[in-house]
Amino acid sequence: MSPAARTAQTASLVSCTVCHLLMHRRSAASVPIGKCPRCGAALHSRKPNSIARTWALVIAAFVLYVPANVLPITKVTSLGMTQSDTIMSGVIYFIQCGMWPIALVIFIASIFVPVLKLFMLLFLVISVQRRSTWRPKDRTRLYRITEAVGRWSMTDIFVVTILVALVHLGALANIEAQSGAVFFAAVVLLLRRAYRAAAVLATGIAITVVILSLPKSDELCSGGK
Amino acid sequence: MTAGHIMACHDCDLLHRLPAVADGMRASCCRCGAALARPKRNGLERALALAVTGLVLLLLANSFPFLGFKIQGQVRETLLLTGIQELYLQDMRLVAILVLITTVLAPLAQLLALIYILLPLKLNHRAPGMFQVFRWLRTIEPWSMMEVFMLGILVSVVKLAKMAHIIPGIASFCFMALIFVLAACMASLDPHVVWEQWEENQ
Repeated sequence: MSPAARTAQTASLVSCTVCHLLMHRRSAASVPIGKCPRCGAALHSRKPNSIARTWALVIAAFVLYVPANVLPITKVTSLGMTQSDTIMSGVIYFIQCGMWPIALVIFIASIFVPVLKLFMLLFLVISVQRRSTWRPKDRTRLYRITEAVGRWSMTDIFVVTILVALVHLGALANIEAQSGAVFFAAVVLLLRRAYRAAAVLATGIAITVVILSLPKSDELCSGGK
Repeated sequence: MTAGHIMACHDCDLLHRLPAVADGMRASCCRCGAALARPKRNGLERALALAVTGLVLLLLANSFPFLGFKIQGQVRETLLLTGIQELYLQDMRLVAILVLITTVLAPLAQLLALIYILLPLKLNHRAPGMFQVFRWLRTIEPWSMMEVFMLGILVSVVKLAKMAHIIPGIASFCFMALIFVLAACMASLDPHVVWEQWEENQ
């Protein structure tokens, strides 16, 4: 039996997103259909407006990504000298000092991962919207990988926090956080939200498999409840 | 989860009839690969024990000095909360709140919620509002980013190493242990076991 066609939705069932209780569905597809009798979570077969919400959040993240990288994130004062650093200048500083492993860590966490996430989401949301049937399983894997690595882009925000706390010695040495950090934090937050909204992308990708196998689905659905 | 039970994949909604899954094994969705069930031996007890351990470690991590910073005879010791307070005073409110949530509040809420759910369950009771709490737990989980904070610590230590002498405090070791304890705790808990135990206690 091909697994492609029988989803809870086609079988008029709905699975609670929190406690996974499976129950009969009474009303239409994607509107909220009451609360789960076991845990009280709102029930819906598909996340409402997931694609539109993902688009909105991705575009917002793209816009904020510019100030996050152009504006300085820290201001270091040491013996009367002041120096502002952006994310990229921090990376360059480490390369010049010969500490390239640390430079690589910051580069991957703060520059490579957010860009990867932005374009990955863009690619996934476009491909789902176009109902692409290209390698659904790999695209689902891509979604899960980018979601898992995304949290590491918080590293730079934490570094700023620790530096600000430690280096607080008046004129001798002082580090202050700058507005770039706010924008960067906003980008990370928006991308997280986008991934939550898009969780159903995985579903969307999987649905394309269903569409592919539709001719066969009649016999599959007759297999009982 | 009981063998023969029908369930829908929580990622792609495909219906499955679950086979018997042995402890320590994992059943995955045949279409999208999401984990359907991953029972562990004594999962409930293990998760409870680790949650209590985690709570003790979290309290220690927040009450002892975290990092010491020595420059030209001046020593500055900081708590985990000092940096957050400093950011807040510098008008970086959003960043301060974000760091507070991801490193202190989310792990704390996560551990308290786990204990609140698992302890009565273990004693064959049902905590009032348990499912509400479980729902919160699922929302909080992605916001707890202690392992990322640890990487942040390493990067800052390297960054400051040339400038001054860095002394790791008791709290930083507690924090490191907490990362592993919390990860082990979440890994040993199969949510389905909680629902089943709940139904048994009914």
